[in-house]
Amino acid sequence: MREWYERLLFILLITPNMLLLAAFTFWPMIYNAYLSVISWNFLSPIRRFVGLRNYETVLTSDIFRIVLINTAVFTIVSVAVTMVLGLGLALLLNQPLRLRNGARAVLFTPTVLSGAAIAIIWIYMFDPRFGPLAQIINWFSSLAHLLPARFSESGLVEWLASVRSPQWLSDPNWAMSALIIVYVWKNLGYAVVIYLAGLQTIDRTLYEAARIDGAGAWAQFWHVTLPGLSPIMFFLLVTSILACFQAFDIIRVMTDGGPVNATNMLVYHLYERGFIQSQAGPAGVVAMVMFVLMLILTILQLRFIERRVHYS
Amino acid sequence: MDQSVEFQRDIATRQRSSWRACTLRHGWIWHMMGYAAIVLSVIVIGLPIYWMLIASFKTSREIYTVPPTWIPLNPTLDNYPAAWQAAPFARYYINSIIVTLVTTISKMTLAVLTAYALVFLRFPGKNIVFLIVLAALMVPAQITIVPNFLTMGDLGLVNTYWGLILPGAATAFGTFLMRQYFMTLPREVFEAAEIDGAGHMLRLWTIAIPLAMPALVTTGLFAVVNEWNEFLWPLIITSTEDMRTLPIGVARLLDQEGLARWGVVMAGTMFVVMPVVLLFVWSQRYIVEGIASGAVKG
Repeated sequence: MREWYERLLFILLITPNMLLLAAFTFWPMIYNAYLSVISWNFLSPIRRFVGLRNYETVLTSDIFRIVLINTAVFTIVSVAVTMVLGLGLALLLNQPLRLRNGARAVLFTPTVLSGAAIAIIWIYMFDPRFGPLAQIINWFSSLAHLLPARFSESGLVEWLASVRSPQWLSDPNWAMSALIIVYVWKNLGYAVVIYLAGLQTIDRTLYEAARIDGAGAWAQFWHVTLPGLSPIMFFLLVTSILACFQAFDIIRVMTDGGPVNATNMLVYHLYERGFIQSQAGPAGVVAMVMFVLMLILTILQLRFIERRVHYS
Repeated sequence: MDQSVEFQRDIATRQRSSWRACTLRHGWIWHMMGYAAIVLSVIVIGLPIYWMLIASFKTSREIYTVPPTWIPLNPTLDNYPAAWQAAPFARYYINSIIVTLVTTISKMTLAVLTAYALVFLRFPGKNIVFLIVLAALMVPAQITIVPNFLTMGDLGLVNTYWGLILPGAATAFGTFLMRQYFMTLPREVFEAAEIDGAGHMLRLWTIAIPLAMPALVTTGLFAVVNEWNEFLWPLIITSTEDMRTLPIGVARLLDQEGLARWGVVMAGTMFVVMPVVLLFVWSQRYIVEGIASGAVKG
């Protein structure tokens, strides 16, 4: 009797959550697989089964190659810069400084801001005429004439004096850099917070032991800090890569994937295929590819956690 | 209780002494570099936010002067009412508040109920249910947009509150977080209450929820921030002005006013950002600690 009551209660408690997950998380995965093998424009009553033709079309298309390269460049550069800068900052902040927690809060603020708002603010920041970045660049450029005369022979002075703000968002060669700058700005505080938490977990006695063994600051960093931080660096690496793969809002508002596809990346491409070009099949293929990529990353993460448990 | 206070004090003293050791070891150069890092990073991270703030107080003539001014010469409040009228911000606010509150409450409730069942109730094969929750964690919301849009079309819920709310109403992440937290609670308290005759719902309400408050607050804060900023789904599922949420609305304000009225656009951006910034200032510790402890525990 009591046993049956408990079972009934169990089902009652989990059902709403499980039903919603089934309808809006698991069913879409099956639906994507179905969409990826049909030809359909969302409106017509005719849905034609085309087998793997959509996969062939998408995977061999130039645009998909560009999207993959863009995503890879964006992910590698922004994750690397964020992690290195974040580590440096966290090491410097990991000492008794006044206003340290205040600085940590300011650094973290961009993480909680709306992506749409961030994009709008940065469009203004990047404005080549009225934006502050242009003015800072001009200011540096105007310092050219202060350089000693011997530099003028090499053309350095002329070059520096002629530097102007790039057309960040309308020049295909600069748009990706602009986007990376914005994402590093947004995510740096998150990395610092995670690193600082990781630094607190390192056993202090290891540093004392290292010092007794005659290790200098560099050796301590290399042999105590880095190994101690490695699990958290791995966590940060995987979560940052996943976040980069999912980037959308800032891209949509700042560049719309352009100019000429210079910042077109996975989620934007999915949105474009599905909701601008109304191609159900190719959209399904892009979703499937994204899912596989992310699944591989997540499994990698789980395997590393497993190994870490084995070692310790 | 006493023990934990003592333990915390112990940690605090140890941290202080190790910090002192740290300063002595690296010396004052490292210390000065620390302050330089604080100043530099606060300037670099704060500059865009500062720029939004001052631009929202500038007259449009001042905005279009070269070189730009770093402090408003004639500060004005005109941009705020202008932005409020340029787009239906009152409506955006109502929509954002409704969607954020309902989604957050739903997420917290469902997470607590499911986690309680997973930890404290006996059910044959309940680990499979937990595995399903873990599997749901691996499906990013971005790749569900096309099928979910089609589902909403079939249900006739496109451009409605239900359409905005339903796909985000459940939570695998929150369930996972709450389950992990419930696992750490002392079983004896629950057993004692059971002997006193308290049923499961009473135990859930009077013991589990109060004890799990820290995890619940973290879950709630994350949900509020994420829902308030959510962009992709509301962009797709809404099609008329009266259903737009704030982030979509302000992006449309940019399209309309664009480079012509930066002051107004920045005031509109302030409308979107201010509530979250205030919430963050007030709850900064919970959010930052929540993120940090989540990472350390892995």
